[in-house]
Amino acid sequence: MNLLRVHDAGKAYNRYASEWHRIARWFGATFQPLEQHWVLRHIRFDLAAGESLGIVGRNGAGKSTLLKMITGTLPPSEGTIQVAGRVAAILELGMGFNPEFSGRRNARHVLELMGMGRARIDQALPGIAAFADIGDYFDQPVRTYSTGMQARVAFAAATAIKPDLLIVDEVLSVGDAHFQAKCFERIARYREQGMALILVTHSVADVVAHCDRALLLRDGRLVEDGAPVHVTNLYLDDLFGRASGTARPARATDGESPATMGEDGRDLFHTRPGYRKEEHRWGQGGAVILDYRIVAEGEPYPPRIESGAETEFLFKVRFDADCEAVMPGLLIKTIEGIFLYGTNAFSASGGRAPVIAVCSGDILVFRFALSLALNEGHYLVSFGVSSGDPARTLIPLERRYDSVIITVGRSVPFWGIADLRGTFDVWERLSHD
Amino acid sequence: MERLSGLFTSAWRFRSYIAGAIANVFLARFSRSRLGAAWIILNPLAMVAIYALVLSSVLAARMQGIDTPFAYAIYLTAGIAAWALFTDILTRSLTLFIDNGNLLKKVVFPRISLPLIVAGVALIDNLLLLVAIFLIFGLIGHWPGAQIIWLPPLVLLTLGMALALGIILGCLNVFVRDIAQVVPIALQFGFWLTPIVYQAEILPPQLRVLLSYNPLFPLVTAYQDVLVFDRVPRLDLIVILALAVAALLGLALFTFRRASSEMVDVL
Repeated sequence: MNLLRVHDAGKAYNRYASEWHRIARWFGATFQPLEQHWVLRHIRFDLAAGESLGIVGRNGAGKSTLLKMITGTLPPSEGTIQVAGRVAAILELGMGFNPEFSGRRNARHVLELMGMGRARIDQALPGIAAFADIGDYFDQPVRTYSTGMQARVAFAAATAIKPDLLIVDEVLSVGDAHFQAKCFERIARYREQGMALILVTHSVADVVAHCDRALLLRDGRLVEDGAPVHVTNLYLDDLFGRASGTARPARATDGESPATMGEDGRDLFHTRPGYRKEEHRWGQGGAVILDYRIVAEGEPYPPRIESGAETEFLFKVRFDADCEAVMPGLLIKTIEGIFLYGTNAFSASGGRAPVIAVCSGDILVFRFALSLALNEGHYLVSFGVSSGDPARTLIPLERRYDSVIITVGRSVPFWGIADLRGTFDVWERLSHD
Repeated sequence: MERLSGLFTSAWRFRSYIAGAIANVFLARFSRSRLGAAWIILNPLAMVAIYALVLSSVLAARMQGIDTPFAYAIYLTAGIAAWALFTDILTRSLTLFIDNGNLLKKVVFPRISLPLIVAGVALIDNLLLLVAIFLIFGLIGHWPGAQIIWLPPLVLLTLGMALALGIILGCLNVFVRDIAQVVPIALQFGFWLTPIVYQAEILPPQLRVLLSYNPLFPLVTAYQDVLVFDRVPRLDLIVILALAVAALLGLALFTFRRASSEMVDVL
């Protein structure tokens, strides 16, 4: 018997000529809605006890509507949703907490809202206090809490009594790493006892780490149900610009060998996967960066680059003026804007770069290759080309800052950003005798 | 009918929640105040005491059928006891579902709990007001008489009428938000169209016809009969009113059930 069965479920929002028409319908009138807006359609999946499912999709794909339908606050407009057991949803940690009340009183209220009786609540409270682990603060008003402390009490209360299905929506990102680990420990223990989990998050890493299966929603449709790595790759495509609905071209059928760019002189930069329209484009002119190509381990525009993989960054530049020496460059930043690495032709060749002279109308493709020894996450790439002598002044002709986003994946994480390639062994064992 | 009974059994299952939420309203009201829970009775006591003092010395109007300088004060507070309960529930219910929109969107619980919590809070407030009335006027020699036994059913009738209207208007207001603007204005009219600060007898006959359409008129009059004049209220009117309230409550539950499934769509 499946714990959750979503059978061809959909949700439509009806718009009426007047809200009074809607009201009149409750009393038997037969006004038709002006417009039916379907936000979800034909959603069909099952979830077994103990299973864990990740749901990903861009904002507006219908994730929260689906969650509300599974939770039960929103009835589906078509199809059915059956849940055999108690659903607990951690949708917003600390929602409805009254800041004037103590953590204890608020926790009590959370359990009351689940329909628990006084005896059951009294029995659960010591466990909540222990799990939240905030000491005397538990009996202080919540307004004196930090966000993290509030999250601790909220999670402790919401999961104090094992539900049959737990829905976690993007909430465990608050709170410190230690507490997050503790939350996932509790979730893992409950899952061993048969609890199913639905995790909705933008963190691809969490889906891969904690889910057996994942769903991808796109424009209200369920487009993929499968292994987390596969589904999250498709999701990253959705996020970072690969045309929706089209499959990623296989390497061999790409038409070009992975590391070459077409003859084309058109500006194709903004059509490439990973392009960010929020880029900062500047420079005095004289050159246009037309296109770029990122290749990792033979795969062009990979949705996820394995940490440490040899990665090539190619970009095509058209020069509109004669120039004695031009200098291409590359920058990599974290998504927060921390400058990680920047290089140019001069620095990347150890100061021995040939002088690149160009004439107006020339189109050149430059290539940087480096190993992306970074931790899991998203990174911003900038391309640029300047003129002049690197030893003296460089005049930026065209810079496309933060114009591309790339994703690095890593199975065994470390702490921090840069992979300094640490190794470890037991060097010596000094015995006692 | 089966679903209707489900409404009540689920509310009963969530009685801890309802009781807890009612307690929280009072705790929140007095948190961080020095006297804390004492205010819960000090407030109505102060209000009634001021009425008694001011109206007996400054505006000591004589009233037929009762011979004390406090007559008008007693008359006024009797009417206010009924009116306060009615408007308290009605105005709170009006924006109830909107105020709790986030909760309704995210948590599954019997939604009927929300109006029940409002009714519970208003009822406690009202009972304390009645206690204050008994105490203050008792101290000055006007203890309630034997007809006080009629008060509990009158309170229940007021509560039922307000709750039914509150649920209906609260549900409609989720969809048509103008209702929350119109109702307070209608209540202003209602206050002056109900003989609370005046006696019905002083109205010219043309206006008195209007009163007969006011469902609060028989109710307030019954309060005044019991609290001021210590006489049995007009039972025929009470029975008709009780039937009307029962019908109204039925309509309210029907509306609530219909609205409840679509409410989250627009919140």
